[in-house]
Formats: sequence, C-alpha cells, structure tokens
Amino acid sequence: MICSLRQLKVHDKATVTSVNAGGEMGRRLRDMGLVIGTEIEIIGRAPLKDPVAMRLRGFTLTLRNNEADYIYVDTKEPLA
Amino acid sequence: MTNSTIAFAGNPNSGKTTLFNTVTGSRHHVGNYPGITVERKEGSINFAGKHLSIIDLPGCYSLTAYTQEELVSRQVLVEERPDVVVNVVDATKLERHLYLTVQFLELGIPVVIALNMMDDVRSKGITINIEALAKALNSEVCATVARTGEGKHELLNQAIISTEQRHGEWQPLRLSYGPDIDPVLDEMEKLITARSFLTSRYPARWTAIKFLEGDDDLIERGGVDSKTTAELQQIVETLRTHCEKTLSSFPEAIIADYRYGFIHALLRKDVVTVPTTDARLDITDNLDKFLTHRVLGPSIMMFMLYAMFQITFTLGDYPMQLLNQLFALIADIATRLVPPGHLQSMLVSGVIDGVGGILCFVPLIMIMFIMIAFLEDSGYMARVAYMMDKVFRTFGLHGSSVMPFIISGGIAGGCAVPGVMAARTLRSPREKLATILTAPFMPCGAKIPVFLLLIGAFFAEHRPLIMFCITLIAWIMALLVARLLRSTLIKGESTPFVMELPPYRWPTLQGIMIHTWERTAEYIKKAGTVILAISILLWAGMTFPGPTEQQITAYQQQKQQLSDAIEHSESAQQQQDLSTQLQQLEHQQSATMLKNSAAGQLGTMLEPISKLAGFDWRTNIALIGGVAAKELIVSTLGTAYSLGEVDIDNDTSLSQRIAADPQWNKVAAISAILFVLLYAPCFVTIVVMARESSWKWACFALIFNSSIAFLLATVVYQIGIRIS
Repeated sequence: MICSLRQLKVHDKATVTSVNAGGEMGRRLRDMGLVIGTEIEIIGRAPLKDPVAMRLRGFTLTLRNNEADYIYVDTKEPLA
Repeated sequence: MTNSTIAFAGNPNSGKTTLFNTVTGSRHHVGNYPGITVERKEGSINFAGKHLSIIDLPGCYSLTAYTQEELVSRQVLVEERPDVVVNVVDATKLERHLYLTVQFLELGIPVVIALNMMDDVRSKGITINIEALAKALNSEVCATVARTGEGKHELLNQAIISTEQRHGEWQPLRLSYGPDIDPVLDEMEKLITARSFLTSRYPARWTAIKFLEGDDDLIERGGVDSKTTAELQQIVETLRTHCEKTLSSFPEAIIADYRYGFIHALLRKDVVTVPTTDARLDITDNLDKFLTHRVLGPSIMMFMLYAMFQITFTLGDYPMQLLNQLFALIADIATRLVPPGHLQSMLVSGVIDGVGGILCFVPLIMIMFIMIAFLEDSGYMARVAYMMDKVFRTFGLHGSSVMPFIISGGIAGGCAVPGVMAARTLRSPREKLATILTAPFMPCGAKIPVFLLLIGAFFAEHRPLIMFCITLIAWIMALLVARLLRSTLIKGESTPFVMELPPYRWPTLQGIMIHTWERTAEYIKKAGTVILAISILLWAGMTFPGPTEQQITAYQQQKQQLSDAIEHSESAQQQQDLSTQLQQLEHQQSATMLKNSAAGQLGTMLEPISKLAGFDWRTNIALIGGVAAKELIVSTLGTAYSLGEVDIDNDTSLSQRIAADPQWNKVAAISAILFVLLYAPCFVTIVVMARESSWKWACFALIFNSSIAFLLATVVYQIGIRIS
C-alpha cells in the first residue's frame, strides 16, 4: 500500500516510491541516500513525536514530519 | 626529499578527523579558509623518505554547492590539486559513503579509499571483499581502524604509490545516467570541449553534470563565457522540461538515482556480505531506547547537563585555587622588587591581576571542553539536536541551533566566538541569523568568573544550583528573543532538518585532548594578547588623570597630622583609634583617585542611570571593560577594588571584599548576574557576528542585547529591593 512516510509507525518497514521534493530539500534527501527504491525502517520518534528517525542503507536518518510528507512509500504489508 | 600533498576527505562521522589525528599526531596547524569560517586543518609528516603535507578537508556528504564545506572541499581539490585524495569511508555504511566517492571519481582526481571502522565491520560479522571493491572502483582500497591506527602505514604507502603512478593526472569516471540524460550530456561535453569552457580547471563532463544539477557556483564561474553558459543552460532547460513531463522527475534526481544504482550494483557483486541472521539490535539501538526515550531521554539529558556542572566545579576548584595562590605570590614578589609608583601599580594591578584573573579559569575551561568534546565525539550531541528540534522550531530556530548555543555556553563555559561560527552549518539564513543574534546570551567561559565571583560572595553554599539556574535563564531568554526576532525582524519559512544520527562511539583520548587543547589555546591566546593590552589600557584609564594638586596636598597634610598624633599618643587605645583613622583616610584617597580617573568619571556619569539596576560606578567601569572582553569584568573589578581600598591584609580575596562592600547585596548581585549574562557581546564576538551576517546586525546586537539586559536587570532589582 502506498502512503506518506509520516503515516508509518515505529518498526514499520517500507520502500520509497517517490520523493516529491525539488531544490534544497530534494538535494539534501538525495545526498543522504533517500532515493526511489530505498528500503527504510522507522526506528523511533523524538520525545515530542517529531522528528522521526529511520534506518536506511545501514545508518540512521532523522526527518521532520512535514518533510516526511514529501516522501511516499510502499509498505510491505497492508496497513491494519 | 620529495613532497606530496594528500587531502583527507569524507562524510561527517566517517572517522576522518580521527584518522587525520592518528596519522599526523599533534603536528598540525588550524586556520581558516580566507573569507569564510570553515576550519582549515593541515599537518605534515615524513614517511618512507617523503614529505607529506596533509589537508583535512571539512566533512561533507556530497560535492554540490550546497554548503560552504562542500564548496571549500571542491575548491581545494580544483585549485590546489592535491596529488591524491584519501577518501575515508565508514565501512559499515558503505552504500551511502560511496556516494561521495563516486563524485570524486567523476571529478577524476586520484583516490585512495580508507575503508575505516573495520573493527565494527568484523564485530558485526560483515565481510568485505577488498580486492573486488578496489577493482570495481578502479582505486586502491585500504582497511583501517582510525582509533587504533591500524592500517595507517599501508594507507600512506598506497597514497604514495598512487601519487607516483598517476603523476597528478585526472581520469574522470564516465558513469551512465540513463537514456534520457546520456545523449544530452554527450552533447554538452562536446560543446564544452570545443569552446574550452572552464576546461583549464574542471573536466568537461564534470562541468556538464554540474550544469545539469543546477550548480549555482559553477554556473556563476561560467560567467566569463556568458555565451557558452547561456547555450548550456538552454540545453539543460529543454532536458528539465522533458524530464518533468515524461518522468515527473528532475535531472539532478535522475543523476543521483544512477549514482546509487552504480554503487548498489557494485556492492552486490560479492563485495559485501551481511550476516543473514540480521540481529539488528546493536549497542546504539539499545542505548537509544533509553537515551531518546520519550520520558527518560529528556530526563537523562537534563541530568547530564547538571552533572557536567558538578564535575567541572568540583574538579576544577583545586587547580584554580593553586593558580590563584601562584598569582598572588607573583604579585607579592613584584611589589617587593619594583619600587612603589606608577610602574609597580601597572605591573601589579594591570598586568599580573589582569592576566592572572584570566588564566585562573583555564583549568575550568579545559575540564568543560573535555566534556563537550566527549559529548560531541560520542554521538550524544546529535541526539540532543534530535530531541530538541521540536522545541527549537517552535521558537523559529532549527535543531542544529543547539550546537551554536551549546558551544556559546549553553553548557556553561563555552565561547560565543566559535559558537557564532558554528552557526554556519545552518542552511537557512533566517534561522542562522536568529541563532547568531541570541547565542551570545549563553554563559560563556568568560562570564563564568563573574558569576563565580558574585556567587562566592553571596550564595557560596548554592554554587552549582545557581549556575544551573543561570544557564536555564540564558536558554529561556535566547529562545524567547529568537521567537521575537523570527516573528518581527527576521520573518520567514523554516529549513529542512534532515540529519544523521551517528552510532554511539567511545571517543578517543587523543581526539578529545586535541579538541580541548585547540579551544583552550584559543582562549589563552585571546587572554594573552588582546586582553593584556586592554588590561593595561584600562589600568591607565583608571589611574590618569588622577587627583588634583590641591587634593593631594590636602590628603598629605591630614595624613601628616595623624601620623604626628600617633607618635605623640599617650595610650595604646588612642594610638589604635588614630591608626584606624589614618587607614580610612588612605581608603578615601584611593577612592578619590579612581573617581578622578577617566574611567571613574565615565562610571560616575552613568551611575544615576545604572543605580536603577543597582550598579555603582565601580561596577560600571567593569561592565564597560566587559564590552571589550568579558574576561575583563573580574580583573577590572579587581583593579578597581585594590585601587579603591588599600587593604593591609592582601589575602582578602575580591569575593570577600565585594561581600563586605555595602554597595552590594543579594539583589544587586542577581541583577548584575542577569546583566552580565545578557548584555552586549564582546568585541571579538561582534567582529565574528559581522563576518557571519553583516555589520548592521552586529551593531544591532550590541545595542539590542544591552537594552534587554538593562531592562531585565532593572525590573529584577526594583522588585527585589522592595520585597527584601
């Protein structure tokens, strides 16, 4: 199922299907390896629920929720 | 002996600086790149009969024109053309770290890869086929463990071999970026080669790629041949429209996809084998369960900060006392050796008191920096940014603002000078400006002596608690003022957070020591040069023009009378009374002298206003000195008091003198602490602020911060006086 990265819960795994960010934001995400086809796993959220921490390519990346909105992912199993 | 230049490059957290330290030892030089604040670290060693100059390039993720670090790295490679780049990569995160490697290869510069953190690779059970990797990248690869120095000799050997093989020749890697990009790229490359467009510096294909990526820096450099630039941009525009229409993507995104595709494919070819058991929960994950936990995380963070104060003050106290005694001894010797007069006064009150007052705090600052270095190197600091971002964003800042704030003294004892400089990592000009303007509110290492002095005089039993409160107030004020600025003078959208959480690592002793030493040396250098000069200047301001002839004669006559009376006194009781009178007279004379001096006159002039906040003329003098450098507040007060009250008992410390002065009380002390915490940044900070933003904003900070500080100090003093 395709949904926005923001909707994922901790421990969810998914594959990036699109990154709709251009300019600075897009460049920054690409430099960190967040491109189409990347497998990610949500590993935690900051104490105030934002930003979100995820594991990809063997390292941990953090993003704000409103930045996660640019990224669409395909979850492996349908969301309950 | 032949010379070779090696540039160390890599992602932040790749262990690059650790490897640089291990290779060069402590023989390195830290400076700045001209015009910007990115640090330039250089070192040199003699190895295998060669002299190697090593440049530690700033850590960066990519070679775009996105940050100053990236631009600098690129410029060094192109302008200085080092013989070889040692690209330090974290072997446990090869896929992402090789993204930068690919960009070096595209540029064509000879690369030797330092496959770092091999100890982690082994403990995780990962196997890496080094020969296969080297073959796939067509570059030498060396396994290293920067922390232990494992593999460093092989690395240097390999770097020398590559230098000799390549003779500085660049061989750009030609990647395929797919059917949409490739034909356009070829067309652009042909045009660039035909026109010799920037080819003296950059490989033609690389220039073409950068144009496709919309690289501002390179497009600007292309301005020398505006015709070709326009033609290239026309080609890029056509492709961009095509990509958006047919692929709903951008050329730079497609290029990035193919780079990752290339990396992914080469790692697949039996280069990296990860154990299938996938026991993911390593130390970092386990620690993060606690350290970034919803409730535990912030609690532990607060505890860590508080513990830092306790450790610093408890440990720092002993060497501080020792240095205090040492300088008292030196002052004593100087008093005996030099005959009384202006020279003695200058040496003792100006030089020794001034410099002593600053150096006494070196141990404190060292301990503080050891702990900050520990937090930074261990990876905990990034967690602080992660946990704090939501809060910071509320105030119009960025989670990364935590770094400038902490370095400025958010963990008490920093310095606003490197703190303001650290703000350059912030990408948004608005958040950066708000951070720069509010970071100097933090209790920097130079303000701490003032606080310690006043705390020692009035709240000695609550020292750590009060220091903690001061830091807390600084944070609250910085955040509130930042919010105020971001919704009035610096309005606008916020920037991306996108940040790496590095794994927790046990920091190396050498790394911490070098880091601590660099910052302490910075402080001592500042103390030893600027502040010594200002200390003497201030002493002159406090000594001249001095009392009038009439006043001197009047005092001398009165003293003579009293001395005569003492000689002819009949009882011991009477003699003692007269001696006390004489002593008081001497105090008066000194006070007159200081009041008559240039500084005294200015301080007295301001007294009617400063009285509102509880400051007398002496405090005013010290605070004026503090605008030059905060370190001067204590030494000026010291000078002011030792001139103002000639005390026979030289062992009485300044703190006790202040406690005994009726001008001071608890409320005045709190008011003074608040004022010192918040008022104008020191001159050095102002200069740095001007460089990071503009003179307009730096001057704004001078006036704006002082106004806020005075307003708050006045409110607190007026309310406090009425309550007590």
